[in-house]
Amino acid sequence: MSMATAPTDVRAPARWQDFVQLLKPRVMSLVVFTGLTGLVASGQPVNGFLGAVAILCIAVGAGASGALNMWYDADIDAKMRRTRGRPVPAGRVQGSDAAGLGVVLSLFSVMLMGMALNWLAAGLLAFTIIFYVVVYTMWLKRWTAQNIVIGGLAGALPPVIGWAAATGQAPLNAWLLCAIIFMWTPPHFWALSLYTSEDYAKAGVPMMPVVRGAAYTRGQILAYSLILAPLGVAPAFTGLGGAAYLAVSGLGGLIFLLLAFRLYRSRAGEAADPRRDDGLYDVAAGAKDARNLFAFSILYVALLFATLLVEHLAGLPALELV
Amino acid sequence: MSDPVRESETEAKARRGRNIALAVGLFLFVLLIFVVTIVKLSTGNGAVRTF
Repeated sequence: MSMATAPTDVRAPARWQDFVQLLKPRVMSLVVFTGLTGLVASGQPVNGFLGAVAILCIAVGAGASGALNMWYDADIDAKMRRTRGRPVPAGRVQGSDAAGLGVVLSLFSVMLMGMALNWLAAGLLAFTIIFYVVVYTMWLKRWTAQNIVIGGLAGALPPVIGWAAATGQAPLNAWLLCAIIFMWTPPHFWALSLYTSEDYAKAGVPMMPVVRGAAYTRGQILAYSLILAPLGVAPAFTGLGGAAYLAVSGLGGLIFLLLAFRLYRSRAGEAADPRRDDGLYDVAAGAKDARNLFAFSILYVALLFATLLVEHLAGLPALELV
Repeated sequence: MSDPVRESETEAKARRGRNIALAVGLFLFVLLIFVVTIVKLSTGNGAVRTF
């Protein structure tokens, strides 16, 4: 396991936009959204400017993780169609520059979080960056098909960081938000990898469909969805979500389960059977089921957190069902 | 044969862009630290009004 084969010779001058791309802005936006939800849902009054600084630190910490990931994974990225245009494998930015940017921004985000907010939030942010870069990128990703299950913790922690930034504490409700994202990650990524597994196989990344096959992956997606759907409703029972949240999470969970069940019964991720005339059609239909679940999973998590955010910003009462 | 030391127009433009981005980033960093300090001094723990 190494990143020694990463192409680091620079073929075109690096523009400042290439360094922005190293920070994975799209991932950053999701992290900002869930971190903000944690901060607001905590219910603790926070100075607006310091709240914005907390979100900035979470965003920059996520960006730093992205830069370090792109530095280390340049060899893998160069082999995959989806990622070969990234600044390091494309030769626009040197690997050492990407690593330098990642280290500097990591230190900046953690130190600023500690000084401006509190050191519990800073510690959680530091843990998240280290977990994503060392545990996920350097270790799990190339070693086990459970890579995104365990590594998903890094993507699930921002609501806890946001909550801790506001209150200096990380209570059970904060960890409940973390658990929802944690259980959402496997069905989300495996649905995607069912129709992009060729790319991962080419790069030697042991994604679940590559290692255990498509049928096993579809079963795992359904299993995680069965846990996720009730877990998504749980905040309505713990004094965190209100009536709107209960409706959105209940309906969303049912649709999620339905799509996961349809994917389970499909042939998504399987190669076409050359003996059958309709083989090509079958595979296309299966891939559609995987794409449907992947697309809905993004909408589902966005709706859950948006509803919580709106309820808390509008001061709507939470349900006390337990 | 082109001079290997002399940078092309594209390279010069890219370098200028990187320098400006770095200068703006450093300025914003200093400004951010300054404002955080002022806010912390004026609000104590920062918990003064609803986010």
